Amino acid sequence: MTQLPTHTDKKLGLVIDLDTCVGCQACVTACKGWNDQGYGAALSDQNPYGSDPSGTFLNRVHSYQVQPDVGAAQIVNFPRSCLHCEDAPCVTVCPTGASYKRTEDGIVLVNEDACIGCGLCAWACPYGARELDQAVGVMKKCTLCVDRIYNENLPEEDREPACVRTCPTGARHFGDFADPESHVSKLVAERGGYDLMPDLKTKPTNKYLAPRKKDVPQETSLLAPLLDIQTTGFAGWLDKVLGKLG
Amino acid sequence: MNPAPSVILFTVLSGMGFGLLAFLGAGFVQPAGWLAFAHWGLGYGLAVGGLTASTFHLGNPQRALRAFTQWKTSWLSREAWAAVLTLLLLAPVALSDWLGLGWPRQIGLVGAVACFGTVFTTSMIYAQIAAVPRWNNWTVPAMFLSFELTGGALLSGQTLPALIGCAALIGALYAHKTKGDVAFAKRGQTLGKATGLDIVGAASVFEQPHTSPNYLMREMIYVVARKHVLRLWPIAFGAAAIVPAVLVTVLPSHPLTFALAGVIHLSGAAASRWLFFAQAEHVVGLYYGQRQL
Repeated sequence: MTQLPTHTDKKLGLVIDLDTCVGCQACVTACKGWNDQGYGAALSDQNPYGSDPSGTFLNRVHSYQVQPDVGAAQIVNFPRSCLHCEDAPCVTVCPTGASYKRTEDGIVLVNEDACIGCGLCAWACPYGARELDQAVGVMKKCTLCVDRIYNENLPEEDREPACVRTCPTGARHFGDFADPESHVSKLVAERGGYDLMPDLKTKPTNKYLAPRKKDVPQETSLLAPLLDIQTTGFAGWLDKVLGKLG
Repeated sequence: MNPAPSVILFTVLSGMGFGLLAFLGAGFVQPAGWLAFAHWGLGYGLAVGGLTASTFHLGNPQRALRAFTQWKTSWLSREAWAAVLTLLLLAPVALSDWLGLGWPRQIGLVGAVACFGTVFTTSMIYAQIAAVPRWNNWTVPAMFLSFELTGGALLSGQTLPALIGCAALIGALYAHKTKGDVAFAKRGQTLGKATGLDIVGAASVFEQPHTSPNYLMREMIYVVARKHVLRLWPIAFGAAAIVPAVLVTVLPSHPLTFALAGVIHLSGAAASRWLFFAQAEHVVGLYYGQRQL
């Protein structure tokens, strides 16, 4: 049913650290790879080796240039995927009940067998988290790797979303936001994790951590005092005498 | 938003069809025999044709019946119910007119109200979407209902209601345009705010996340040329409301007058509906740097 649950036991989601993301796109590739073989219809590509390649992805990494008031411009890489909102507008607009939010863990999913591919949920999502697969005509979105995180056939360290598992810089964290002691909750508390477009009142579960303030480059070298060599003893006497001769 | 022909046909034709059915149901015109068949047939044809067009853009239209299940939360589901119930409600009146059965017409009045209710649910499919600021206000239902009133009055040959409809339509189109033109800016969303990067500095796109357009860009980041907008709005106002109003006032009250006014109105409705979609800016465009005002 497309009525949102009033309460979810867990609030599973991601913390994305914009300070450490290097924009390598490994999460994009890992996501595409995992979701090509398991849950639901495979993410398709259209004309993948042609001049105009296009395809369905559940995770996209943008690159922005940010110019602070003082100092040099920075590059910030910005992964964008489903935020598993508490008040998910994509769920309530669905006419068929294909879109739903799970009561047990808050994951927003699509029942592909019930999806008519009307695209209204993609319109309702402010974050562009949903893409209609052009090969099968059903809506695809991040499943938070629901087929990994509870999968007891996988080694325990692999029971997290593919994007988190693969991230080489540890910029993506997975956990339960309903538990104030979870490491994602602590990260958000420590680093001031924020919501995207909070004024749209979607109450996203996923949080973003802003890039840390850059250090101010020092004008003088740390080694400067060492360069000012004061000669003493015989060398000092020699220095003085030679100075007089010169 | 992508001005897909299927959604333009759907909203324009079904709006006009339900408008005509409303006037027939309310008994403004009570044709008999084959004339009744033609009138009701046109109304049902436009309404059903429009609804059928809406299924063209579905990825899996064979499952369309499932769209009746979520009326508690989904305006699209409510629209499906409203449309079917209205068409069923008016069927006895249509049969009675056609076959001269002389059945009571009270249910026609209920059906007429239901026709406006149906178009209201259609408009709410768009007006509910907070991610599209241009749509997310009362002017969308006002515009859709004014189109229904005008189209229905013209097709059923009612001069005074047609003039009232044209006046309402000019007002609603003007309100939608003026409110819509500033809606995105008024929401105050920028790339910096959407990403949260404005706490660091002024954000701009360095590199796009993919090299060729994807579903999001094709569907929700439609960029319309300013010169087309400047040309189409006068056409929309003129053809949808002003010219039909002048025609039904100046020319004799004859079916051909209303047919001519109706066809011109239809072209204006299509132009304005194209603008309705093409000009609507989805906030996801911010992430692609496509919404810098």
